Amino acid sequence: MSGHHHDHDHHHDNHYTAIEARVKALETLMVEKGYVDPAALDAIVDTYETKIGPRDGARVVARAWTDPAYAERLKADATAAVAELGYGGRGGEHIVACFNTPEEHNLIVCTLCSCYPWPVLGLPPVWYKSPAYRAKAVIDPRGTLADFGVTLPENQRIRVWDSTAETRFIVIPMRPAGTEGWSEDKLATIVNRNAMIGTGLASVEDAA
Amino acid sequence: MNSAHDLGGQMAFGPVVPEPNEPVFHGDWEKRVLAINVAAGAMGAWTIDEIRHARESLPPAQYLSSSYYEIWLAALDKVLVEHGFLSSEELATGKPAPERREPKRVLKGEEVAGVLRRGFPYERKAKAPARFAAGDEVRTIVMHPQHHTRLPRYARGKQGVIERVTGCHVFPDAGAQGQPETAQWLYTVVFTGRELWGRDGDPNSTVSIEAWESYLEPA
Repeated sequence: MSGHHHDHDHHHDNHYTAIEARVKALETLMVEKGYVDPAALDAIVDTYETKIGPRDGARVVARAWTDPAYAERLKADATAAVAELGYGGRGGEHIVACFNTPEEHNLIVCTLCSCYPWPVLGLPPVWYKSPAYRAKAVIDPRGTLADFGVTLPENQRIRVWDSTAETRFIVIPMRPAGTEGWSEDKLATIVNRNAMIGTGLASVEDAA
Repeated sequence: MNSAHDLGGQMAFGPVVPEPNEPVFHGDWEKRVLAINVAAGAMGAWTIDEIRHARESLPPAQYLSSSYYEIWLAALDKVLVEHGFLSSEELATGKPAPERREPKRVLKGEEVAGVLRRGFPYERKAKAPARFAAGDEVRTIVMHPQHHTRLPRYARGKQGVIERVTGCHVFPDAGAQGQPETAQWLYTVVFTGRELWGRDGDPNSTVSIEAWESYLEPA
């Protein structure tokens, strides 16, 4: 209908949304005033978009599953043990590995913000940062796991780790049955991100 | 500070809703907020605790209705103005004024990989022995400071057990207030679900927090 008109309440005449325009303006100011190097911004984005991610954590888990001496070092000092594989640094200066057992399942949360083991898992997913997860994980861990379709045996204890300091946690899931004789590379394909947060389990169905 | 960020145990947010095949970023602006946040932090003008406090100080309704990158952006604007790097006028107009604060350092593109790999370790040399040892029964203090703290409300005044002595770490409560850096022993303290939540707690669950020494008293 030709009589239809749009009732726009935004006044900028470019194609940016309000938040995009704000960010663009801030970046321009920061660069023009010499506070940030544009090349550094691009390198930071590239690092977290393409270089660091859950596949790094999966390598740590697969190594722990296949090398008992490595698993012991990971238990004793995870920061040093992940550094053996080349991982570490910002957002994971102090890492603790939480090993799942038939008696106890581990679940990681940060109720106060969104602390997460960046060097081994990359950036956290939106749900990890959401009020729903941060509120519920500590008071109703079994209900939280149910939101992810995970049901544990009732007699398996749940240990929730609230990341209130710069210590960052990674869950080492249990190695699934039926993976005997698998290579470390193949094992790494069944370690998904949620299994290393504790909202999932490693499963042979994820095998590549 | 008792604000909206201290979410542990709150209700009515509904179920956790994971997004299938979630991308790392949901738009270019998120990438830029992450990168500006990391690069601006590398100027060395504020601590991680100070910018966390800036995020927590957002009005609760704004905090809860913002995405995490929106929260980061709002806090970044705030600390940049507070530290004299930008003015509110510049942020409003997007036009740089001639006045400028010289940063201590500017992270160069070629330094990024090394700086991120080294990180910013928070452990410091201890000036005194740790007061508690693994196995000790402790009780967290009750406090309601106006300033930043990392002792969540749900874990105040609760009895737990020291599981691990983590090391002597930078104390966030002081750093967030712009005070000179201090460090305290940091412990992993484990509480039962029943201790934290009474009859509504899961009897077969435990929760741990990382607690600085001044958060704890012998039980």
